[in-house]
Amino acid sequence: MHNPATQRAGGEMKALVAVKRVIDYNVKVRVKADKTGVETANVKMSMNPFDEIAVEEALRLREAGTVEEVIAVSLGVPQCQETIRTALAMGADRGVLVQTDAELQPLAVAKLLKAVIEKESPEIVIIGKQAIDDDCNQTGQMLAALLGWPQATFASKLKIEGDHAEVTREVDGGLETVRIKLPAVVTTDLRLNEPRYASLPNIMKAKKKPIVTMTPDELGVDPTPRLVTLKVEEPPKRQGGVKVGSVQELVDKLKNEARVI
Amino acid sequence: MTVLVVAEHDNRALKPATLNAVAAAAEIGKAGGGDVHILVAGNECRPVAEAAAKVAGVAKVLLADDPSYDHGLAENVAPLLVKLAAGYSHVLAPATTQGKNLMPRVAALLDVMQISDISAVVSADTFVRPIYAGNALATVQSKDAIKVVTVRGTAFPPAEGSGGSAPIETVEATPPAGLSEFVRAELSKSERPELTSARVIISGGRGMQSGDNFPLLEKVADKLGAAVGASRAAVDAGFVPNDYQVGQTGKIVAPELYIAVGISGAIQHLAGMKDSKVIVAINKDEEAPIFQIADYGLVGDLFKVLPELDEELAKRQQ
Repeated sequence: MHNPATQRAGGEMKALVAVKRVIDYNVKVRVKADKTGVETANVKMSMNPFDEIAVEEALRLREAGTVEEVIAVSLGVPQCQETIRTALAMGADRGVLVQTDAELQPLAVAKLLKAVIEKESPEIVIIGKQAIDDDCNQTGQMLAALLGWPQATFASKLKIEGDHAEVTREVDGGLETVRIKLPAVVTTDLRLNEPRYASLPNIMKAKKKPIVTMTPDELGVDPTPRLVTLKVEEPPKRQGGVKVGSVQELVDKLKNEARVI
Repeated sequence: MTVLVVAEHDNRALKPATLNAVAAAAEIGKAGGGDVHILVAGNECRPVAEAAAKVAGVAKVLLADDPSYDHGLAENVAPLLVKLAAGYSHVLAPATTQGKNLMPRVAALLDVMQISDISAVVSADTFVRPIYAGNALATVQSKDAIKVVTVRGTAFPPAEGSGGSAPIETVEATPPAGLSEFVRAELSKSERPELTSARVIISGGRGMQSGDNFPLLEKVADKLGAAVGASRAAVDAGFVPNDYQVGQTGKIVAPELYIAVGISGAIQHLAGMKDSKVIVAINKDEEAPIFQIADYGLVGDLFKVLPELDEELAKRQQ
């Protein structure tokens, strides 16, 4: 089995991070009138916040001497270059853009990433647990499956020890720690770290860092979507209710009007 | 067509989220005229299979009992599901951290796209799912032969946990993958109900100012038999652990009564609780966005309101 971890030692590990271009998390999304999707024209785009955490974690591994190189990969339209530049400005060493105008769903993204990973042979892949646009929460797990690698999802702590990683995961009842063999896929949860801001000198430096572009065709992957979006609609609006003047009034209403206590 | 539901459990008891997934499976089954089966994969987990056999509307329970399934490691459980999936039109699991971890691995091994976190069943191949933190609802149709689906529990009223008497069939375990091992769990211990199945929830936000003030909420919670939750701001500030978090990045809840205390109402929090039946907001800022979706709003200082509420509830319980 493909296992580069045993081929390279210590500080010669490579980390690969995947970064997605999404509508900025501060933008209030609007559903298009024709119900085909949400409005993206003239809307601010940014890196998926969970992927920023992934970039930060990879950089920390490099700063700790565990990892030698951090590669940032993005997939999609040419403007995904900007998302890669953001990762490079944070400190990633180089970028890979898999360029396509096709709609990419997680299964296709996982297949494309697998093809890139087979060229790059990283020992660890770190990506956000979900993208804040489609909220799928699939890509990392799918990628691990296709590679035959272990997965540690929803990570809040990552420690690399030799050819293993010990990862603490955010689970419904609290925390769970697993030990996984490298190479592996780790997906990030919010409390893993606080991503750094790119400094101006680093933004300038990032402009000179290399980005290689490839296509799904060159990677031998058919990215055709398996899910067809029939329509996108606004959820039913919730109406505001009444203000109450006192705790007594509140308890009365909950008891006698809403009948929930 | 037959629908397989992956049971959520701790080897001793069946978790309530399973019943919501069974309800979704029953809707799919109704749309396509098929049965619902439950898979219980675990270690010494026969009591769970026995509980699953009692769930109303379930035709068969599959029991895969093996030490390698003990902690539900996706690397070990996914191959079992891939093997079983050939006999099913749909494989469902609750959209809990367990289901979210496992199911995409299964989907990729089957070469199908997962349909995540469905909130409604339109037909056997068409589902509604929230996107953009619930700010839009997408209706999607799957073209794959096997549909791998995770289910948003709050969107489907649970199936009855009793009344059924399905046969239990033992299935052979798949060999362990040898890629991962469980080290330890640090689970929050609480006498209160779990957030995702509580009838009443009272949550605190940044306005609580400190974790030391959460006992004010807990006292009220205990009077109401409620679970205690928190906003992401309160978790980020370190007031309470992350498993308290209600919101897009935390738990999705829809109790009968949700009381938001000192929570402004950021979109990411609303995404996790706006389907609650009755929402109460207590906040000193009358402009707080939470009041726009609250059925009952009380403008006031929570440090005065909470003790008053506690006292009022105590008085009425006498």
